[in-house]
Amino acid sequence: MPPAVARPQWWSWLPRLWPLVALIAIVVVIALAASFAPAVLQRRTTQGLINLIAVVGLYVFVGNSGVLSFGNVAFMAVGAYVSALLTMKAAAKSVFLPDLPPVIAHAQWPSLPGALAGGGVAAVFALIVGWPLMRLSGVSASIATFAVLVITYIVLGNWTAVTGGQNSLMGLPAYVDLWTALGWAIAAMVIAFAYQETRSALQLRASREDEAAAQASGVDVVRHRLTAFVISAFLSGIAGVLLAHFLGSVRVENFYLDLTFLIVAMLIIGGRGSLTGAVAGAVVIAVLTELLRQIEIGVPIGKVTIGAPPGVGDVILALIMLLIILFRPNGLAGGRELPWPFKRV
Amino acid sequence: MERLVQTVVDAVSVGSLYALTALGIGLIFGVMRLINFAHGELITFAAYTLLALFGLPVPVMLFGAIVVAVALALITERAAFRPLRNADPTTLLISSFAVSFFLQKLLILVVGSRLKGLDFLPVLGHQIELLGIRLQLLQVATILVSAILLIALTWFLQTTRLGLQMRAAAEDFRMARVLGVRANRVIAMAFALSGVLAAAVSCLVVVQTGVVQPRMGLQLVVIAFVGTVIGGLGSLTGAALGGFLVGATSILLQALLPPELRAFREAFVFVAVALVLLFRPQGLIPARGLKERI
Repeated sequence: MPPAVARPQWWSWLPRLWPLVALIAIVVVIALAASFAPAVLQRRTTQGLINLIAVVGLYVFVGNSGVLSFGNVAFMAVGAYVSALLTMKAAAKSVFLPDLPPVIAHAQWPSLPGALAGGGVAAVFALIVGWPLMRLSGVSASIATFAVLVITYIVLGNWTAVTGGQNSLMGLPAYVDLWTALGWAIAAMVIAFAYQETRSALQLRASREDEAAAQASGVDVVRHRLTAFVISAFLSGIAGVLLAHFLGSVRVENFYLDLTFLIVAMLIIGGRGSLTGAVAGAVVIAVLTELLRQIEIGVPIGKVTIGAPPGVGDVILALIMLLIILFRPNGLAGGRELPWPFKRV
Repeated sequence: MERLVQTVVDAVSVGSLYALTALGIGLIFGVMRLINFAHGELITFAAYTLLALFGLPVPVMLFGAIVVAVALALITERAAFRPLRNADPTTLLISSFAVSFFLQKLLILVVGSRLKGLDFLPVLGHQIELLGIRLQLLQVATILVSAILLIALTWFLQTTRLGLQMRAAAEDFRMARVLGVRANRVIAMAFALSGVLAAAVSCLVVVQTGVVQPRMGLQLVVIAFVGTVIGGLGSLTGAALGGFLVGATSILLQALLPPELRAFREAFVFVAVALVLLFRPQGLIPARGLKERI
């Protein structure tokens, strides 16, 4: 008698998609909880969700290829400036940037096409710079992505006719609220998860584990790295767009070393090997930063307020990152996705 | 003619500054496969030591800067890099990134992030006349100091026992250990040497800019990194050459580019670097023994 074959149940897709579903559920719960909180906390949560998108964007490249990138904040900057220039009111642009080419000067796009254009231009930028860079071996490629960050910073900071140089671009439509950020965060997680299930990403992961063996098995490492780099840049670009339209202004200084440090630290602390790690890092560090901010403001004990000196949060963040890499190099998530909590059928 | 010579001297002096920085990074990469972001903080801390000791006799200040940079190099090696000695290069890179930011943020916490003026060795700001051409004394001094350090380092690596062991370790670390090279000693020595180089760079930069600032080291090191990569990671000659080329090119571009493009000169340098890498992904002078043997 042949063994009985279990009929596929209507939820049989759930175990495979479980990590994605669970992570989305967690993020939605956080956002819903924040929507009942005071306005300040709501804004912090929105910013936290934008950071989450940036970390997920970085993860798409770093997690799948195993090559650390310091350049993703450059893609955030590109996205931010592109969307800012396309969506700002033409009147505001003629004041701040009188030397703009007429095509851009008259553009006044709605927010969604502007955001997609920001991500798109960032992706094209990644395609162009990634083409030579992805040929480099692991650590050299990391350093080269750092060079991309520096170049972008220098060009954006000095291209006064188009970016306003070191001055802030102000008067952007500040349309990003909690729900916009939540929507994009869900979209980013879906894109990252869908990508890592593709054949290309699996081949890339094989090269991450053993580059020589993967190449010997016919994996075109450079091509798959480039694919991951471009998708990663798109998501980072979107994160930059959202940050710009959340703050209502763009300043090149905001898209440099400090943001790079924050995003990289979040990914490393959470665990660079899995989407769960990326999300966990963003959430844990956001909560921790908020606590440290409270400590910096001061804790009232009796009649005196004891506060830590400002800047102590950054030192602690760097220290945590160092301890994680020394004692748990794969981060909090340990390179694994959230496991399916029930017995598999 | 005078203008030309001045530009060339300027290019050579800035080039040698970056060559020294890149060499400090290259030494560590050679023995440990570690790209040391924290090298920048060695430079920064040495500069703040000069600031703290300001007013004392110059030799004391120099000595203090060297002691601090070497001590910091040895401490970071012991605390953050030795436990990871068998980890992959990316983990080491992350560790040095974390160390670098930890030290930088700690410094900002203690002394603040504003830049501070430091009028160190103002005598080097004078002009001298050499063969009828006026040059800044500092540029000549930079070239001389770099040349002396380069010769001393070559002598050390080529003739002393420890230098030989270091070269052997850079070529094949495991084999060197099997043949009796003490890993801890060689690596500690490499870090100490990189500390000395960092202190030298720090003094020269402080004289040149006249200010100290918590980010100063990182800015230098990022450019020097690119130098080591185009020179060929793992090759000391390559590091020195790559660092020199990046620094010198940036000065030459400053002189040759039309004024409205000058602000972008570093971007042009990096584009040139990308082009070099497109044709020689292993760098100008590829290191032997870097490719993992299967």
